Amino acid sequence: MKRIVYREWHIPPARYWGILGILVSVMALGGLAALYLEHEGHWVTGMNNFVVWGVPHVFAVFLIVAASGAINVASIATVFGKGAYLPLGRLSGLLAVTLLIGGLLILVLDLGRPDRLLVALTHYNLRSIFAWNIYFYTGFVALVIAYLWSMADRMGARFKHTLGVLAFGWRLALTTATGSIFGFLVARQAFDTAFLAPMFVIMSLAYGLAIFILVLMFTFHQEERVLGDQLLRRLKNLLGVFVAAVLYFTLVYYLTKAYGAKNYDLVGWLLFGGGGYSILLWIGWILIGTLVPLAMFWHPRTRRDRRFIAVACALVILGGLAALYVILIGSQVYPLQIFPGQTILDSGFADGIKVADSTYHPSLPELLLGLGGVAVALFLTAVGVRVLQFLPDSLADAELPADTEEPSAGKVSYVDDLATG
Amino acid sequence: MMKHPDETIDQGRRDWFGLAAAATAAVAAPGVILHLASANTAPEAQPASSAVRWGLLIDTNKCTSGCRDCVDACDRENGLDLQTKPPTEAPTAWADQKAVWVRKVKLADGLTGRVTNLPLMCQHCEHPPCVDVCPTGASFKRADGIVMVDRHICIGCRYCMMACPYQARSFIHQPMHDQLTRVPRGKGCVESCNLCVSRRDHGLPSTACADACTAAGKGAIVFGDLKDPASPISLALKAMPSRQLREDLALNTGVRYKGV
Amino acid sequence: MARALMSNPGRWAGVGLILLGLCWTLAAQVAWAGDAQHFVRPGSKAATLGGCVEATPFMRRNHMELIKHQRDITVHQGIRGARYSLAGCIDCHVSHTADGQAVAINSKQQFCYACHAFAAVKVDCFDCHAAVPRGGPLSAAASGQGATSERDPRGE
Ligand code: SF4
Ligand code: SF4
Repeated sequence: MKRIVYREWHIPPARYWGILGILVSVMALGGLAALYLEHEGHWVTGMNNFVVWGVPHVFAVFLIVAASGAINVASIATVFGKGAYLPLGRLSGLLAVTLLIGGLLILVLDLGRPDRLLVALTHYNLRSIFAWNIYFYTGFVALVIAYLWSMADRMGARFKHTLGVLAFGWRLALTTATGSIFGFLVARQAFDTAFLAPMFVIMSLAYGLAIFILVLMFTFHQEERVLGDQLLRRLKNLLGVFVAAVLYFTLVYYLTKAYGAKNYDLVGWLLFGGGGYSILLWIGWILIGTLVPLAMFWHPRTRRDRRFIAVACALVILGGLAALYVILIGSQVYPLQIFPGQTILDSGFADGIKVADSTYHPSLPELLLGLGGVAVALFLTAVGVRVLQFLPDSLADAELPADTEEPSAGKVSYVDDLATG
Repeated sequence: MMKHPDETIDQGRRDWFGLAAAATAAVAAPGVILHLASANTAPEAQPASSAVRWGLLIDTNKCTSGCRDCVDACDRENGLDLQTKPPTEAPTAWADQKAVWVRKVKLADGLTGRVTNLPLMCQHCEHPPCVDVCPTGASFKRADGIVMVDRHICIGCRYCMMACPYQARSFIHQPMHDQLTRVPRGKGCVESCNLCVSRRDHGLPSTACADACTAAGKGAIVFGDLKDPASPISLALKAMPSRQLREDLALNTGVRYKGV
Repeated sequence: MARALMSNPGRWAGVGLILLGLCWTLAAQVAWAGDAQHFVRPGSKAATLGGCVEATPFMRRNHMELIKHQRDITVHQGIRGARYSLAGCIDCHVSHTADGQAVAINSKQQFCYACHAFAAVKVDCFDCHAAVPRGGPLSAAASGQGATSERDPRGE
């Protein structure tokens, strides 16, 4: 059995610095947007007293959810004993950490008082799922770093299986808790369902894997490392299954919502009457984000073409952002039903008397803040793969370890050895 | 010329100043700590007590369309009339971003067409979702049932605003300058109706909105102690049917409505 | 002070500087001892009084603890007008212009600013709190003076 050899990402310096330069510029813009927001207050954004979470939260939740999905690749190898995924474990761990950091950064910088971060870390309300998430997120980063160590260090190898199982359980809890941030909101019709928790888990698998595949393809392509067709096919098929699963969950989510008469209006609005939100739902989430990539993954003409696979992954990501936009913002825009059976004629606070569609207009600083978080995640990844041995030297199909029935813990031949890199 | 009552309140402090001024004209000797004698029995020296639960009863039959005396009174009481629109902002955007603690709502029944007017503010839930979700504990319920935000530990995450079933909370979207001493408020924190908490602490009988409504001759808002069976609000609640908004959520609100 | 420091996360690089500032402050305390009235502004009530609510050196080092402790009692228990209330500090230490207008207590050369600039400790009290006495502990309406707006109560 061959050892897996890992190597730093050595693309030509000019190109590498070019990539970093672009990412740093986007980060700088995001940073400026954050400063601007902090200085002026949130009036410069489209967020208001009705839509309190906007575009930054769409990006933040997307990144956080994707982070817990990215670690899944490592779990498949460690927990489920799929040898072919073994060499991917390190990149999977790295992405999980960087995506999470990017997402958290957005969340923190969007706070009304980001200067009080320490207050958030020292005052806990244990009834708050939000406070729990602070533990889940910090714990996740710590756990994944330990997991990475166990993958990369001989000493750590014997903990690898335990850590892998732990990380797997933790990421399930983390995504469940992230979904619950919304699922626990009894006040809002569109949230208020425990169903959002498993739905977020499924979404995380799809979005995390889509990002993972794109990063893998890009880094390998840039350096002309070998990425075996078989492996890519497996990854792609897995993503296809996840994307289809998200579609199924989406269907069930709206069906269960539509089952109660009190929600007819809501579902009708979201699906058909919601203007931009309905368009985003059908065109962005369902068509571009789900059906088109599924077709690309499985159509005989496109399924072997790497360009199509890459495009399909990108579409899944865009569709994910659209989905979260609809879930997060659409659900806030839809007026609260404080007076069922009554029509609001007039209100000093626009309770549902406005065309709901027009209560939120995303602003440039919000968008820049969100993109800044994405850039941070990618920047950390780019630096990580350059200075440390995260990427396997080759992923040629012939060199991949075979699947094991037993999880791979303790099999020396699979120890990913830094020294051989 | 406005005259403010601040000169007459704060008696304990002023007593001490008198004493100190009389005792010494020079710099107080370092290390000497003077103590005020006396257990202060003034209402503002007493902690909020769970023996009371403050609440409001709103009789929508008496509330009229177009009247916004309660809203204006609240704005003045809490310095919300001192908020200014950022100069370059569109008025429509500002309308959704400025702080509103109480708003007038006009409803028509979908079936009968009957029109109802009412003021809507924080309902001071006994089981407030805003308090449950707040990560830092900034959103809290006082012993006397008032739900409010401790702005010192609010990080401005707005999760409480997501959780409130009545959209009763506001986020301060712009830097503040002309706050009132009794209502500190600043950019980046969340706030909502606090049942005129400074009046409560000074032992006054009513809220700004209830006073204004009475002064306007409507008497649609009754303020009082829900735990005191002899209080006007308890008697009125006993005499006439009333309901909580969104009673399906079982939050046991401190604000009750007649005629909706 | 801890809180003020907390409000500057992301400036860890500046921690060294702050430490330096702290030592400096400590040394300066010695010099200040003979200089008790220095930062009390003429034209404030404090200038006419013999001392603060506690001994001056104690106040210098511990005012933030007193205020912080009081703030929790006031916000959570509703105890007002207490000995260590911030409103009381402002009331007493705010200075006035020749025509009797209160000058924001955190503005340049005023009571809070002077020391805090020297000690390089950010005060964020006035992000929310009025920096001049404004409106009193009860509204005009509550004290039976009619419902007039308190917009710019400093003016006529
Ligand atoms: S009405 Fe809203 S803000 Fe008020 S206590 Fe209930 S949940 Fe909290
Ligand atoms: S905005 Fe403030 S009060 Fe509301 S949940 Fe967040 S920290 Fe708590």
